[in-house]
Parts: sequence; C-alpha cells; structure tokens
Amino acid sequence: MTAEEIREEVLDILENIAPDEDLTNMDDSVNFREQLELDSMDFLDIVMELRKRHRIQIPEDDYLNLASMDSTVTYLTPILKDVEKAK
Amino acid sequence: MYDTIIIGAGMSGLAAGIRLAYYDQRVCILERHTTIGGLNSFYRLRGRDYDVGLHALTNFTPKGTKKGPLARLLRQLKIPWDELQISPQLGSEVVFPGVRLRFDNDIDLLRSEIASEFPEQAENFDRLIEAIVEYDDLDQSHQEISARERVAEFINEPLLLEMLFCPLMFYGSAREHDMDWGQFSIMFRSIFLEGLGRPHAGVRLILKQLVRKFRGLGGELKLRAGVKKIVVENGQTTGVILENGEYLAGRRVLSSAGWHETMRLCDDGQPVTPRSSGRLTFCETIASLDIEPQELGHRSTITFFNDSDTFHWTVPSEPCDVRSGVICSPNNFDYAADSEKIGGTMRITALANFDYWQGLDEDTYRLEKLRWYDFITESAVRFVPDYRNRVLDTDMFTPTTIVRFTGHDSGAIYGAPEKQLDGRTHLPNLFVCGTDQGFVGIIGSILSGISMANQHCLRDY
Ligand SMILES: Cc1cc2nc3c(=O)[nH]c(=O)nc-3n(C[C@H](O)[C@H](O)[C@H](O)COP(=O)(O)OP(=O)(O)OC[C@H]3O[C@@H](n4cnc5c(N)ncnc54)[C@H](O)[C@@H]3O)c2cc1C
Repeated sequence: MTAEEIREEVLDILENIAPDEDLTNMDDSVNFREQLELDSMDFLDIVMELRKRHRIQIPEDDYLNLASMDSTVTYLTPILKDVEKAK
Repeated sequence: MYDTIIIGAGMSGLAAGIRLAYYDQRVCILERHTTIGGLNSFYRLRGRDYDVGLHALTNFTPKGTKKGPLARLLRQLKIPWDELQISPQLGSEVVFPGVRLRFDNDIDLLRSEIASEFPEQAENFDRLIEAIVEYDDLDQSHQEISARERVAEFINEPLLLEMLFCPLMFYGSAREHDMDWGQFSIMFRSIFLEGLGRPHAGVRLILKQLVRKFRGLGGELKLRAGVKKIVVENGQTTGVILENGEYLAGRRVLSSAGWHETMRLCDDGQPVTPRSSGRLTFCETIASLDIEPQELGHRSTITFFNDSDTFHWTVPSEPCDVRSGVICSPNNFDYAADSEKIGGTMRITALANFDYWQGLDEDTYRLEKLRWYDFITESAVRFVPDYRNRVLDTDMFTPTTIVRFTGHDSGAIYGAPEKQLDGRTHLPNLFVCGTDQGFVGIIGSILSGISMANQHCLRDY
C-alpha cells in the first residue's frame, strides 16, 4: 500500500472506532488523543483492527508511533508496503 | 477448542464476548439460567413486562459526548448512541426529614438546592466537586481511603453529608457504613455529574442489542449451561465441565460468576483467598398502577428517602430496613413524544437481610413477602403520593430470588466489598470480570467486561 492508501485505511479504522465522529477536517499533525479524544482503549482498537485486517502485529512498545495520522502513516509505510489494499 | 470461555451471560459477560468475537476469537458464553441478563434481566408475569432491577442507567451523557463511560462503552462495542434510545430523567430527589434536595442531569440544580437549603455549605460543595473531578480513577493509590473522612474535609454539615451518601451508597456501595473515596468519586460522577437515563423499552432492549451483536459476530451462547467445574491442570485452566457433564476446552476462562463463586469452581484444591463476601442485598416491590404517577402529582424519577437525620447503610437486623429506600417510577423519564405509553409503575428498593429470607419455609416465605410488601410501601408513601388504591398488580423479589437467578452468594447486589481490580486470579489464564472486579451497575459491569477482555484476552492471542 502507498502512504495515501494507508492514510485512507487508517481513516476507515478511525471511522469504525468513533462512528459519531466527523473526520473530514482531520489535521494529520495533531494527536488523535486531542483531536478525537481517543483513550487507551481506542488505541488498542487501532492496533487490533490493523491485526484483524492485515495480520500485522504491533508490539506494545511501538504504540507511541500511532499518536497522530502523520506518525502512524510514517510508521506503517514500511510495514505495509508489500500488502495489497483490501477491497 | 475455544479461545475464550466466558462464564455468565450478564452485562459483563456479554460485553466481553462482543469484544472477543469482534476480533475473530472463538468464544462461548455459558449461562446457567434459562435466560440472559443475570442481575438485571427481564420477565413477563400475568401479561405484564417487568425489569428485574433497572431503575435507571447511570452515567447518562447526551448524544455527541466524547468523554465518559457511556461514550467509551458505545465506541468499544460499536453500538451507535441511537440504538440504545436512552432518555434522560425528569428529575430526582433525596428526601430526609424537613429537607428535600432535587437533582437532575445538570449539576447546577443540585448546586442551587444546596445553596438554598444549606447556604453555608455552597462553597464547600463546589470544592468537593472540584476534588471529585480531579480524582483519577486509574490512580488507585487513593482508592481505599475513607470517603466519609474525605468528604467531611469539605462538608461540615452532617445532614448534608448523609444526604449525599444515601443515593451513592444505594446505587453502588458494596461496603457497609462507608465507601472508598475512589468508589464515592466514581458514583458521584456517574449520578450527579453525568446523570440518569433509561431506554424506553427497559433493560430488555440493552440485553437484546448485546446478544444480537454477539451472535452476529459469530459468538456462541449456551443457556441452561451451568459450569460445575473449572478444570485445572499443571497450574492452569484447560476448560470447564458443565453441570450435564460435558467438557469444553478453552485456552482461557473469564468468569463473571463472582470472586468466591469462581474460586469454588476451581477444582485444584487451592484454598480460596480469604476475603469477606458481600452482604448487602435488597428486597424490591413493584406496583403496576391504573394511572400514571404524574397524574397523582408524582413527577420524580427516583426518590431516595430516609426517615431520620442519619442514614444507615448496613445489613438490617429486621427482614427489611424500611427506614430508607429508593422509589423509582420508570414513567418519569423524558421519552420521545411519540413513544408508546408505559403502564404506570412504582418500584421500591429497601435493604434486606439475606439470612432471614433464606431461612423461611415456602409457606412462610410467601406470607412474609406479602407482609413486607405492605411495610415497605407504607414506609415509602410517607415521601411520595399514596398510590395504594390505584394498584392493579404487584410483584416482589427478595434476596433469595437474586441468589436463585444469579448464583451470587447472599444475593449480594454489588458483590464483595474488596474488589479484584486487575481481574487476575491464582491461575495465569483465569480472570474475573463484572461486579467483583470493580465496577458495579449496568454501565459499570459492561465496562468491566470490556476492559478485562481487552487487558487479558486480546493482547496475547
Ligand atoms: C434489584 C436490582 C436493581 C438494580 N438496579 C440497577 C439500576 O437501576 N441501575 C444499574 O445500573 N444497575 C442496577 N443493578 C445492578 C446491575 O444489575 C448489576 O451491577 C449488573 O447487572 C451486574 O452484572 P454482572 O455481569 O457483573 O453480573 P451478573 O449479572 O450476575 O452476571 C453473572 C451471570 O453468571 C451466571 N452464572 C453464575 N454462576 C454460573 C455458573 N457456574 N455457570 C454458568 N453461569 C453462571 C449467572 O446466572 C449470571 O447470569 C441492580 C441490581 C439488582 C439486583
């Protein structure tokens, strides 16, 4: 997947986690925690969704990388580069 | 082989099941009873629908709220706010001799009531609220200090202190006489700062949504499937044996049966960690009326009453303690204008003595129920309009009813006073959730199921 596809995928996951949230004006550089008021349970969900969708394991020490959209995409790009975008 | 076996199809077990099934685990919920719900189920009797427990959901926050337990729970279970159709209360009250404090889902009402009834306490109350807002429920170091001592640092009017404790204890204290500061803060937020609400269709709506969701995700639910034994081999559990002798293998077991109850199911001969079990339990009377309570002049959603200046939160020496109680009218919520009318209903909860009710033979039990139904109602109508000549039908349950349907020792509504906050047991793959893990009430036990599933059953599989 390309960085742009990964971004789409993460948006889709966030939509799934916070269905009542409007994500159209998301600022990619701002922490999810502040922007969407996600808590630790929600972060676990991002990790679990990635595992469910792409069979990737993210070690607990790496959760920090999922702080904002920018950092998440940067972190996932090498990991998902050989993965086909699901449709 | 199941990834996770869950004991109990109450709120916590169902919520845990949804989390695990959503992430593709093979999960099975085993329920001893013929129906789901546990401590908060529903039934039909002589043509009328009844909820077992439900007075109100605590932690009510309006649609769109991002923070707080209700928002968190809906997100975790992927249930849209609209699906639960929770309507806010009209307004409740705490009534002691000579003083009535009204409150609703906006803390300013309680604030102004306190300012007019106890003017010199108004600022103290604001400072108490600040301390509660600041209390961090993840920091467990202040968890166990005495709430009475801590609250007395702010509020120096004993009557007001009793009036604040009364509703919070009724809705969530497993401990007699006092609460932990942590539990006090959690209950204060969930009742006074967030608020009370109810789905129009009652608890059945919540339970049906949970089950539909769980089954839709591929989860298995077995009713009439009591667990007789948790099988232990080489220091871990390998599965369970049902009352009918069937063996089910599981990689881990999550139990909502209660701490002691779960320990007793383990067949490893390990002595159960000594810990006092809960003793606080209720009788509840339910009256169906031929009129809506509001037509009798009763608009209060929940009325917490106490007939002296001191509130006693302890196991009564009498069969029921009629000095205090909780009167709930499910009609008095702000339901959508087009919703179907609910028959007029008044429910009263009073503390009860388990040993007394347990010890009765069948005939005496039936007679005592009738007698105490009358005593409890007689006590309550000192505080609300007398509805006794408008009654169409009645029902009542006692601590033994609770034991029969949920298996919780002594019918303890809020479980053991000492909680197992991390959900761990002496076995590495056996965990507890629900009432004895920490959070109580409907919203609390659902969150307990979610967080124990997240912490212990999702990460490493
Ligand atoms: C009268 C009453 C009024 C209440 N009112 C309110 C209210 O207004 N608002 C509110 O928020 N909360 C209320 N509550 C509290 C709320 O109902 C409980 O906190 C909540 O339902 C607890 O859920 P749980 O999952 O922890 O336990 P439970 O519901 O007890 O679930 C445990 C389940 O495990 C099953 N089980 C036990 N042993 C076994 C076994 N060996 N094998 C298989 N299954 C087993 C039981 O049958 C039960 O279904 C009330 C409770 C009562 C009793």
